[in-house]
Amino acid sequence: MSRAVTHDSWPTRILAVLAKEFVQLTRDRLTYAMILMIPVVQLLLFGYAINNEPRHLPTAVLVQDSSAMARSTLAAFVNTQFFDITHEAGSVEELDALLRGGRVQFALTIPGDFSRRIARGEGAQILLEADATDPSATGAAVNAAAGLPAKALNHDLPGGLAARTPQSPPFEVVVHRRYNPEGITAYNIVPGLLGVILSMTLVMMTALSVTRETERGTMESLLATPAQPIEVMIGKLAPYVMVGLLQTTVILVMSSVLFQVPMAGGWDALVLGVLLFITGSLALGFLISTVARTQLQAMQMSFFYMLPSILLSGFMFPFRGMPEWAQTIGQAIPVTHFLRVVRGSLLKGEGLETLWPSHVALGIFVCIVTALAMLRYRRTLD
Amino acid sequence: MSTPLASTNLAIDVQGLNKSFGDKHVVKDFSIQVPRGRITGFLGPNGSGKTTTLRMLCGLLTPDSGTGKCLGFDIVTQSDLIKLHVGYMTQKFSLYDDLTIEENLMFMARVHGLDRRQERVKDALDRLGLYERRKQLAGKLSGGWKQRMALAATTLHEPDLLLLDEPTAGVDPQARRQFWDEIHALSAAGLTVLVSTHYMDEAERCHDIAYIAYGKLMARGTANQILTKVGLVTWQGEGPGVDRLSPEIAKLPGVEAAAPFGLTLHVSGVDAQALDAALQPYRHAPFTWTRTQPTLEDAFIHLMGQSEDNYR
Ligand SMILES: Nc1ncnc2c1ncn2[C@@H]1O[C@H](COP(=O)(O)OP(=O)(O)O)[C@@H](O)[C@H]1O
Ligand SMILES: [Mg+2]
Repeated sequence: MSRAVTHDSWPTRILAVLAKEFVQLTRDRLTYAMILMIPVVQLLLFGYAINNEPRHLPTAVLVQDSSAMARSTLAAFVNTQFFDITHEAGSVEELDALLRGGRVQFALTIPGDFSRRIARGEGAQILLEADATDPSATGAAVNAAAGLPAKALNHDLPGGLAARTPQSPPFEVVVHRRYNPEGITAYNIVPGLLGVILSMTLVMMTALSVTRETERGTMESLLATPAQPIEVMIGKLAPYVMVGLLQTTVILVMSSVLFQVPMAGGWDALVLGVLLFITGSLALGFLISTVARTQLQAMQMSFFYMLPSILLSGFMFPFRGMPEWAQTIGQAIPVTHFLRVVRGSLLKGEGLETLWPSHVALGIFVCIVTALAMLRYRRTLD
Repeated sequence: MSTPLASTNLAIDVQGLNKSFGDKHVVKDFSIQVPRGRITGFLGPNGSGKTTTLRMLCGLLTPDSGTGKCLGFDIVTQSDLIKLHVGYMTQKFSLYDDLTIEENLMFMARVHGLDRRQERVKDALDRLGLYERRKQLAGKLSGGWKQRMALAATTLHEPDLLLLDEPTAGVDPQARRQFWDEIHALSAAGLTVLVSTHYMDEAERCHDIAYIAYGKLMARGTANQILTKVGLVTWQGEGPGVDRLSPEIAKLPGVEAAAPFGLTLHVSGVDAQALDAALQPYRHAPFTWTRTQPTLEDAFIHLMGQSEDNYR
């Protein structure tokens, strides 16, 4: 027989699927726009929140000292422009309820012995409680409050006392960050955003790319060809690896140029981590598409995956602050490990030699998800 | 070469195929032998299980029971090999709307691991008159062009067997004709073709016919063999208003089918005497009755009636 078909032509078959996917991707303007716009828009939104130092934050006060000194201390807080006194609480309970209910960002307590202690030089204290669920909102205000004692009362203090100020401030602001004891810094958000954006777009895009074939009926032709499941998977995912790398570059360049996020090094860990994470997200999308029957289902399942990725990965809440069960779930989510890699490498400059456990976790995820996808991939129309 | 391909002159040889979807028994005890090199028409009303059968033959569906070979390969365990040597054209267009004709063909050439891909794609484009349109998106083509492109894609890897599922449905008569010329050309080059259709005129363009109704194979053979085997007697009635008598005549004993053909009426039955008796009241002016050759359609209507009886 003079036929040209060979059984070991898998590279060509992968190329077939890859080239087709790539062309389809370039024809699909909407997807194109999504690939580029999502990272840019998200980063700008979040980045703006980072750079912006929100002022005039609602503040409740509990003033138990009616002295002039307490009043001018309060005025000094208002003068920083970070604090707007919106509520005057009559009791500790009331103050606490205001903060807990999210009605105010800060709760400020000036204790009854405030001016007496200052006068005696006994180390007076003011308690500033911050709702730090959103650290970027409170960070600048807290810094401003910390600088207050050195100057707030300068002109109120009579000669002898005023002379003492340079050495030890007349009072101290005790800050309690509530709901976010680690006080994640704003810089942490950008690397986290890298993980969230990548999984959001990549998982969804691959999940759609296979269900689209089922919905449009092209799956029947594809299944009638000699292409093997793993070849289809590799061919379909490869163009999106490029997409993921493109997005990563956009995000990192923007973070560095616009928001001066430090790039401390650890490039080996970062590059390997990004590759593993992109592959894992794509494989997961492929797995979803083997389960979902329609594009709508694929979309819903992708969103469902995004929830724990955002909430339990350490992106939103500090990982060690989460209850044990949440940490257990978090460990199974690739974003969690990816965040450790990115924060470790970009912010602290750590390399593979310290971060490798996270890479191993990502690698295991890729293998398990790929295996599941291959098991689930329907080779017939049954 | 002692591949299974060469070891038999049957392209398809399956026994007792069954397939159900849920509690719907779609294909029942289906057995068929298709010799190499012939064009076999696969006929039957909508929903009779043609698509399901074709899918089982090329490994896209797994039969619930039954065994068989396609090109000498087992249809259950060797579907990978079958896919290399079979060209399956789906009923619903299933190539990529957002790729051009050329890109679609190139995809097929690659996915089959062919050599000389540029050359083969160009040949296929030329042969089916698609070259001028090669840069057009498949989704923008009209039905006839889509079908040609699908045929080009199905034959690109030089298959030994073509399974065509209603390839000319919704295509204009001229395009249908060209399509059939192409099928005959492929057959002349040695391909075996199994083509499903429900156009009667297409049935007559096939060497062989297999008729399926409600999942059961009802008749098999050439058109003449089927007509002989069914043994219908058919009268053709002419005269004003004769076609409107069909509901009335159809109910008479001995009449199996009464179907208007334009202004004439075809009345068929297997029992010549009973049929005569039934028509007696109508043998007067303005009607004239003549014995005529039953058409395949008459035969199929009869067969369908039989299978309905079985179905109940
Ligand atoms: N995947 C499926 N799931 C459920 N029912 C199906 C499926 N495919 C076909 N059927 C049913 O099986 C019957 C036969 O369908 P099909 O093989 O497409 O017939 P044909 O091609 O002769 O029109 C139809 O009643 C159809 O509704
Ligand atoms: Mg059909």
